[in-house]
Amino acid sequence: MSQTTATTSACCPECDAAIAFARRPLQGEVVRCIDCNAELEVTSLDPIRMELAPQVQEDWGE
Amino acid sequence: MRIGLLYSRVRVEERLLIEELERRNVELELLDVGAFCAEIHYPDPWRRFDVVLERCISQTQAVAAVRVLESFGIPCVNPSAVIEACGDKLTTSLLLARHRIATPRVRVALDPETALTAIEEMGYPVVLKPTVGSWGRLLARVNDRDAAEAVVEHKSTLGSVQHGVFYIQEHVDKPGRDLRVFVVGETPIAAIERRSQHWITNTARGGQAAGFGITPEIADLCVRTSRAIAGTSGALLAIDLLESADGRVLVSEVNHTMEFRNSIATTGVDIPGRMIDFVLSVARAGASERRPPAAAGAA
Ligand SMILES: Nc1ncnc2c1ncn2[C@@H]1O[C@H](COP(=O)(O)OP(=O)(O)O)[C@@H](O)[C@H]1O
Ligand SMILES: [Mg+2]
Ligand SMILES: [Zn+2]
Repeated sequence: MSQTTATTSACCPECDAAIAFARRPLQGEVVRCIDCNAELEVTSLDPIRMELAPQVQEDWGE
Repeated sequence: MRIGLLYSRVRVEERLLIEELERRNVELELLDVGAFCAEIHYPDPWRRFDVVLERCISQTQAVAAVRVLESFGIPCVNPSAVIEACGDKLTTSLLLARHRIATPRVRVALDPETALTAIEEMGYPVVLKPTVGSWGRLLARVNDRDAAEAVVEHKSTLGSVQHGVFYIQEHVDKPGRDLRVFVVGETPIAAIERRSQHWITNTARGGQAAGFGITPEIADLCVRTSRAIAGTSGALLAIDLLESADGRVLVSEVNHTMEFRNSIATTGVDIPGRMIDFVLSVARAGASERRPPAAAGAA
């Protein structure tokens, strides 16, 4: 049986948009925010927290 | 008027720029750089743009895409020459030196042994920087011979070939902060100081931003820097400045994709609004250039 739906949404750390998960996400799962296109990694499940996926390339920057 | 916004991610900065463009009377198209594909003999699909604002996170993607668009005759902000001048710290330093703009001493060496000699001759501490890179990443302050040997060996063994270009900079004994000036067109519009306990003061590394009043000297230095980097057409630039212990202000580096989320409230300046004013002025100038001259009055 699938678990509660109470903790299946969280805020994007980049743009603050609400991200709803169709199912409970997995720790470390990488998702893309449909509002801002950021690649996010789920870093905690209860409550769900996400961080930008750590994959900075050498030539990234300002 | 149709504007393209070439982007990798819609961060807070891009969202503010998009909101600003939506308030203007323009058509906006978001161009995901990941989906960018152009046929070099077939510019027609791109000619609908009066200007493209480039906001890519990757320097390599930015240069490639903008060079293509420019060859199609589309004005880009920033132009590829500006992206290339800013994206590579060696290129930036060479331009600053050529224009006699105050900047820290830099030595370039291309071999590990020669780099060690260069570091010893310059005198400790020195700062080693990757020529391409940002957000305070992979900078090394080297205080003695042991550290120099380690960093040089690591760079030449573990790094990509690019790290074999040893960019060795004089360490500037700055007063716990550096300065950042935002230049739009050729005009310095706002400035912040970035304070940190760490010698690297980037806000991406925890530096705290506060508003800073631009002095006439700093304004002049930044206008001259903008001319050296972008010529007289102007650009969107964030110029990093270091204050030396003997009271000089030195240009440390120049950024072409400025991040400004921490600088609007702290300076009280509408940075995205000013940026979009400039982007639209570039589009209007491009449009009047492309317009065929009015036919000579016939009788
Ligand atoms: N030569 C130097 N002397 C003292 N501090 C420096 C020097 N170079 C850089 N820094 C510090 O490190 C930060 C990042 O350096 P910078 O050259 O701007 O690289 P990045 O492109 O990673 O931002 C600067 O904002 C400044 O605080
Ligand atoms: Mg910098
Ligand atoms: Zn988002």
